[in-house]
Amino acid sequence: MNDFAFHRPKDLPTAVAAQKKATDGKYLGGGQSLLPVMKLGLAAPTDLVALSGLAELKGIRLDGKELVVGAGSTHAEVAASAEVKRAIPALAALAGHIGDPQVRNRGTLGGSLAHDDPSADYPAAVLALGATVVTDRRKIPADGFFKGMFETALAPDEVITSVRFPVPEKAAYEKFPHPASRFALVGVFVARGPAGVRVAVTGAAPSVFRVADMEKALASRFAADAIAGVSVPSAGLSGDTFGSAEYRAHLVGVMARRAVAACG
Amino acid sequence: MAQGGIGASVKRKEDARFLQGKGTYTDDVVRPQQAHAVIVRSPHAHAHIRAIRTEAARRSPGVLLVLTGADLAAEKIGNLPTGWQVFNKDGTPMVEPPHAALCAEEVRCVGDQVALVVAETKDQAREAASLVEVDYQDLPAVANIAQAIKAGAPLVWPQAKGNTCYDWHFGDKAATDAAFAKAHRVVSLDLVNNRLIPNAIEPRSAIGEYDRATDDTTLVTTSQNPHLTRLLLAAFSYGIPEHKLRVVAPDVGGGFGSKIYHYPEEFLVVWAARKLSRPVKWTAVRSESFVSDAHGRDHVTHAELALDKDGTFLGLRVRTLANLGAYLSTFAPGIPTWFYATLLAGCYRTPAIYAEVRALFTHTVPVDAYRGAGRPEATYVLERIVDVAAGEMGVDRVELRRRNFIRPDQFPYKTPVALEYDSGDYVATLDLALKKADWAGFEKRRSEAKARGKLRGIGISTYVEACGIAPSAVAGSLGVRAGLYETANVRVHPTGSVTIFTGTHSHGQGHETTYAQLAAEYLGVPLDKVEVSHGDTSKIPFGMGTYGSRSLAVGGSAVVKALEKVIAKGKKIAAHLLEASEGDVDFKDGKFTVKGTDRSKTFGEVALTAYIPHKYPAGLEPGLEETAFYDPKNWTYPAGCHVCEVEIDPETGVTRVVAFTGMDDVGRVVNPMIVEGQVHGGVAQGIGQALLEGAVYDDKGQLLSGSFLGYTVPRALDLPAYAVGTHNTMCTHNPLGSKGVGEVGAIGSPPAVMNAVVDALAHLGVRHLDMPATPERVWRTIRDAKKS
Amino acid sequence: MPAIALEVNGKRVTAEVEARLLLVDFLRERLGLTGTHVGCDTSQCGACTVHVGGRSVKSCTMLAVEADGGSVTTIEGLATNGTLSPMQEAFREYHGLQCGFCTPGMVMSATDLVRQNPGASEAQIREWLEGNLCRCTGYQNIVKAVQAAARAGGR
Repeated sequence: MNDFAFHRPKDLPTAVAAQKKATDGKYLGGGQSLLPVMKLGLAAPTDLVALSGLAELKGIRLDGKELVVGAGSTHAEVAASAEVKRAIPALAALAGHIGDPQVRNRGTLGGSLAHDDPSADYPAAVLALGATVVTDRRKIPADGFFKGMFETALAPDEVITSVRFPVPEKAAYEKFPHPASRFALVGVFVARGPAGVRVAVTGAAPSVFRVADMEKALASRFAADAIAGVSVPSAGLSGDTFGSAEYRAHLVGVMARRAVAACG
Repeated sequence: MAQGGIGASVKRKEDARFLQGKGTYTDDVVRPQQAHAVIVRSPHAHAHIRAIRTEAARRSPGVLLVLTGADLAAEKIGNLPTGWQVFNKDGTPMVEPPHAALCAEEVRCVGDQVALVVAETKDQAREAASLVEVDYQDLPAVANIAQAIKAGAPLVWPQAKGNTCYDWHFGDKAATDAAFAKAHRVVSLDLVNNRLIPNAIEPRSAIGEYDRATDDTTLVTTSQNPHLTRLLLAAFSYGIPEHKLRVVAPDVGGGFGSKIYHYPEEFLVVWAARKLSRPVKWTAVRSESFVSDAHGRDHVTHAELALDKDGTFLGLRVRTLANLGAYLSTFAPGIPTWFYATLLAGCYRTPAIYAEVRALFTHTVPVDAYRGAGRPEATYVLERIVDVAAGEMGVDRVELRRRNFIRPDQFPYKTPVALEYDSGDYVATLDLALKKADWAGFEKRRSEAKARGKLRGIGISTYVEACGIAPSAVAGSLGVRAGLYETANVRVHPTGSVTIFTGTHSHGQGHETTYAQLAAEYLGVPLDKVEVSHGDTSKIPFGMGTYGSRSLAVGGSAVVKALEKVIAKGKKIAAHLLEASEGDVDFKDGKFTVKGTDRSKTFGEVALTAYIPHKYPAGLEPGLEETAFYDPKNWTYPAGCHVCEVEIDPETGVTRVVAFTGMDDVGRVVNPMIVEGQVHGGVAQGIGQALLEGAVYDDKGQLLSGSFLGYTVPRALDLPAYAVGTHNTMCTHNPLGSKGVGEVGAIGSPPAVMNAVVDALAHLGVRHLDMPATPERVWRTIRDAKKS
Repeated sequence: MPAIALEVNGKRVTAEVEARLLLVDFLRERLGLTGTHVGCDTSQCGACTVHVGGRSVKSCTMLAVEADGGSVTTIEGLATNGTLSPMQEAFREYHGLQCGFCTPGMVMSATDLVRQNPGASEAQIREWLEGNLCRCTGYQNIVKAVQAAARAGGR
């Protein structure tokens, strides 16, 4: 790993200023995505700006009909939060199955979303719940946030401060873990809420995506068998030694039906 | 007997240090002035090296040394030998290509060593390594067996036509052909034994040291057999005289075979250390281990079993293609031959067996012995084809096995493939396993699972293996270029405490406890007065190391022989002290007693006398220290029965092992707790091979499963709690009666798992599927079966 | 070079370190605490697990500078005055280790589990150990050891 300048700002403006000044700086959340990438030499930033000291990114609270999760919340904190378990139990369950316990103790919601790994779990929740990604300067609706593989709407110096999740009537996440890496080979998050029924898929493609046909079918009848006939084309899906595009397409259907069933 | 002798589940002596982080593994060793080595490895499966430019690397901060294959060639050293010679059908020897520690002109697999960079720090060495520019001309590669045997395929070695290392056969072809000619039915099966990547959790590491003043060289290395490494480094790869070379294998974090071999890096750190007169350390990072540790298995086999109308096995014919990778690793040629074909009789009375094995070079990492080595491959062939035969004959698979078993009254039993089994009771382990697994109640569990939408299957495997390697003269006649005896030295100190020096090496097996139990049993000394020393050629007389489940059966036998010599000498001393004749002195419970009297001397008193020989037998040397070399008379033959139950989710293809039962015959058990633990780990490997693990090379020879992100090592949640036990018959030819236990789990379990998977799918017409039964493979199998 | 001050196994430690220095390298190479092991380069094997602020983390996936101002406990810090912790003792009692290489990480991870969930079931233990690989034991006796330690209310 190349050396870099390390910044540990105490507040958000200082963090943004440090990042603006850096030649090729990166924000550091819990480091569970970024550090492995740097160790492999796939990223070599000149500066790391640690966000762990920012009070602005902390806290989980219910704000009216929205659950507001600070971007600095670790996966373990989200999984254990009584607030999250009450409002969106599916989100707590999802957080409780990201990576492994050690990763969950360091990794953060904001870090995961900013990194936007195509196999990460959180993007499915954010997209299916129709959440809003709040940054230091604006509010980005989920539908406009994920731009492609490892690519989001964030500007290089923009910091996610929190995510506002509308509390759904029902939601569930079903993950088919990659046998080796434990990321999602396919993960499907299904939610019925203020924005109607939304189905988001992670792991299967270069970026998280929604399945309109399933959403339509479920909007008219919210039951697992309502989407039994809806198949996702394998064209454009990812394939590797653990799951061809065809198999992933099949799993999207299975996981979606199971998620709907789990919604109760 | 002192507490903690043979048969006691003594808690391990080594645990106190391991549990507190006080173990000393090679990478934990820090020498003054230690420099760090990084190896530049080939990203190509096959390429010509047009040029290597090292100037930038040499100028990089902290760099001490950059060496390439040209430097090696100039010194005419660094060629790694293979220790086993196999002959072709026509009697000519195998092709034995050179294996240079650094490639000079051509690279032959991804991971091949191209340059060595040594710097003051690890980071500096890494940075400099990234500055070594290698100009490769990519060449076509053969990445697997299918590609290697194609007409006109690119050659790994020009001298190996058709990429064949050897084309070997074994057994009586005429008798086997005759058996098939009169068969009522012939069952055939094509199967693949998937390639595995060892992944001991401790990555390999090595430190070379050189003392200019004394001209002594030391290698600290992650080895299962430091003496063998010293022998190979001294006599072949380097040429340092053995008396000036010390090899130390300290605590080693798992081996499973992968740390037997003499690896290029061991040579390289010694070479660099001698050039710099400074210690040089190299430690693999995991992704480097994936392309530099010898892999295991990788067979493609066509098997045929001939049966009469009652289901009696008449003959077995096996044709196997074995992938050896790009170079011959230390034991590689012997594994798909002598470790494989000799096991094809299994537990059965099959009278005629004929095996042909063609070993192939490919542009992949070398393949060698791994966790069972040849025997899992043989067991898999046999136990799968027996199940298929049962299905096709309409005979119950348990009954078919039982009908063909070698019966207890037939031991010693000479198989048609060279081995003579000394003892066993295959019916007993079968019956006990079936009972423990509630085989009879399975159909109820199957229907209950069906109600939950799951396909449940049950599978069985009855196996025998050959370990306790090996009688040296016999091994020599099979092409082994080494002896396979073991040594022990028992040093009784003046105050009666004992040090046992053993040539075996413990890297998880618990020798420090087990051998101490032998001393407790034989000498009556308490366990805390016994120290077991291993892994240092400067302390241990000699040794062949630990692999092939040999430590207790061979190494333990050497310890027992040395202990017996200590007792014999002790009797002489005691007899003198007690003014009795030697023949009248008994030794029991740590006391030398004159028969029929209460006159006695303790072991401690006798030990003290041996070192303060004031009142001492005339002509007897002082001291109480004995060495024994034990050369086994035969292999040992652990056997047993494994039963596995799986549940398959037909929608996703996910297969879970929901129950696993083992009943093994491992001979005399010294420490039941340790024995059970050894079985546990082996079974995890077996389940891993069957369901999760597999090295995947793409058609160009790139390793797709090159890290823990792409290669599935079983996790706790992939495994159920198993029920394992032993039912033991004694080995008849070694002093302990022990057979060995290190590999039984990995050998016996894969076919039990796969037989369960096939059983779960049999109602769909599925007859076979290859390992690993990954979710997608199982899902496709179900889908295709439903289509047809 | 950044200066850091932290507590390691109850002792105050100060050091100047390169920003890129991983916590595991700081522990092993600067402090000589070699009980924390490195088994992989992809944050999978868990051999490097230590506690930071009382919670288990992979020290190969954390910078030493990130531990500035915090407290770190390694395997060397679990026993008190030579007495094994209940989890260490359970691993010994139930033969939850063989080669010992994954053991420090396993023990640190399991210790965190029973603090979080003293009544952990077998299934919960297996799931928790997702971040720790062992090639020797098949996890059988590790799971038994953790169950026993949990029963004993051990930490």
